[in-house]
Amino acid sequence: MERTQHKQEINMTEALMSRINELISHYPEDKRKSALLPVLHEVQDAHDNWLSVELMDKVAEILHILPIEVYEVATFYTMYNLKPVGKFMFEFCQTSPCCLNGVEDLMDYTCDKLGVKIGETTADGLFEVRGVECLGACGYAPMMQLGDFYKEHLTKDKIDQLITDCRDNKIILHDK
Amino acid sequence: MSKKILLDKINVPGIKTYEVYRKNGGYASVEKALKAMSPDEVVEEVKKSGLRGRGGAGFPAGMKWSFIDKKSGKPRHLVCNADESEPGTFKDRYLMEFIPHLLIEGMITSSFALGANLSYIYIRGEYMWVYKILERAIAEAKAAGFLGKNILGSGFDLELYVHCGAGAYICGEETALIESLEGKRGNPRIKPPFPAVSGLWANPTVVNNVETIASVPWIVNNSGDDYANIGIGRSTGTKLISASGNIKNPGVYEIELGLSVDEFMNSDEYLGGMSSTRPLKALVPGGSSVPILPADLIFKTANGEDRLMTYESLSDGGFATGSMLGSGGFIVYDDTACIVRNTWNFSRFYHHESCGQCTPCREGTGWLEKVLHRIETGFGREEDIDLLWSIQSKIEGNTICPLGDAASWPVAAAIRHFREEFEYHVRFPERIKNRDHFVAEPFEKVKHLVSKVIV
Repeated sequence: MERTQHKQEINMTEALMSRINELISHYPEDKRKSALLPVLHEVQDAHDNWLSVELMDKVAEILHILPIEVYEVATFYTMYNLKPVGKFMFEFCQTSPCCLNGVEDLMDYTCDKLGVKIGETTADGLFEVRGVECLGACGYAPMMQLGDFYKEHLTKDKIDQLITDCRDNKIILHDK
Repeated sequence: MSKKILLDKINVPGIKTYEVYRKNGGYASVEKALKAMSPDEVVEEVKKSGLRGRGGAGFPAGMKWSFIDKKSGKPRHLVCNADESEPGTFKDRYLMEFIPHLLIEGMITSSFALGANLSYIYIRGEYMWVYKILERAIAEAKAAGFLGKNILGSGFDLELYVHCGAGAYICGEETALIESLEGKRGNPRIKPPFPAVSGLWANPTVVNNVETIASVPWIVNNSGDDYANIGIGRSTGTKLISASGNIKNPGVYEIELGLSVDEFMNSDEYLGGMSSTRPLKALVPGGSSVPILPADLIFKTANGEDRLMTYESLSDGGFATGSMLGSGGFIVYDDTACIVRNTWNFSRFYHHESCGQCTPCREGTGWLEKVLHRIETGFGREEDIDLLWSIQSKIEGNTICPLGDAASWPVAAAIRHFREEFEYHVRFPERIKNRDHFVAEPFEKVKHLVSKVIV
């Protein structure tokens, strides 16, 4: 299999650094490593929702830890993306209670509409459809996560509307 | 109407904000505890209340608190487990999203009882918007003088922060949660030492569920005895139940422990019965890990007694005919649901979420998923059913943390109560293909094909 090297432009803005320093201040001075998970979320959000090796190395430097300590965490937790992803990631919960409410049909519908398979990104880089495990919204099924927010009680109409809103840039992904 | 302790003010407009919460009696338990009680007196009230851990294990909270090592002189920590990820469970999210200050109040009062000056709320990364709600609520509480140095002039200091995970069910296990809070992979630790002796950064630590901590203000404001008067026997107080599946009114409900399953399922105050005319087939009463119950064991125990929403009644009959209250993730199935498919779905979940430390769980959950998928898709063999039984029995009890058990129990219970449905899948593969995710016909209608005929 051919491996593609993805390039990422690293931009540690002042606002991002100040948020990182605030997160580090939540832990005792000699426990900077504890800030790793929240910091990875912040840098990922600020870098098109994925983490390159260079970006992870930067985080290691900031937290005074070894790069391997960042890699092992970034590969363990499912919310960190290690390669570029679609701008709007439709992450459908596919655990039992959502299945009882027909999420599998909705996933098929969304994939057909966007012309992708699960896990694929559309050619324009806008959309990606994923199946994920229980998101804690069983009573409001079927549902998906889009950025920092949940979209619940989904129907085919609502999916159509969401896709339109994404294309029109009307969707807020992050609560900053 | 039954008594509400956690959700009684949830519908007050603006209760999310500090001002409204405070005007409605909020933070009274902090004032009472810090000004008029000693930490040990608070622990004593919680002990008397009989409050049990609401995350699923049901261990008495006051007893857990009393184990914390106060002699070593090391800093102590209270960590709130808000990593709610058990399929079927979404109660903590509801509490944190709509009445965040109740949790913060509980954290302050409980930290005081434990002598913790640095506490954390560990929330799952997917609840990112709730993380922000909590961060804002903490800032409000701090501005009002309920956090920081010398709170209310009592000499008690407390800093409280939210920490977010990043998508790992295993971090709901308390030692994995601590690892994750230290910035590591969520691999559970071998116990002992227990967190009460060596937890976060090797300091004495107590990890409690959101709902457990949110119950503390009421107990302190009233009394442990008052709390113990609610409920039945050792199931004291109220419990949040997250209801989902094929029911009319899914959502989060606060019930008094001791309510009958029948009333909870069928009365309009609660779930309002089934969502359609399809009949009830099965129930998972306490989150995906607990044994599934067939229709005839839901409203009555094997002894013919009414099944109640209590720790004891739901587990009556052991795993042979009972289940568990667990986290209160109440999933209802009608007869369009396929038990084999559901079991495969849960096994895929556990395989995905296994941290990979212990061989029986890492390998076994993968086997369970694959064999179940084979049966579900019409490629099963007769001996696969016994194979599943054998795999689950080899995972259970042989792992560092309870994820192994949690992966085994749903498979064991499905085979125990619905073996014929597995046999049907294996013997009539053509009939179960192309079903569009649900059963082609309710199992009751085809059951005769696999029922044992007594001649």
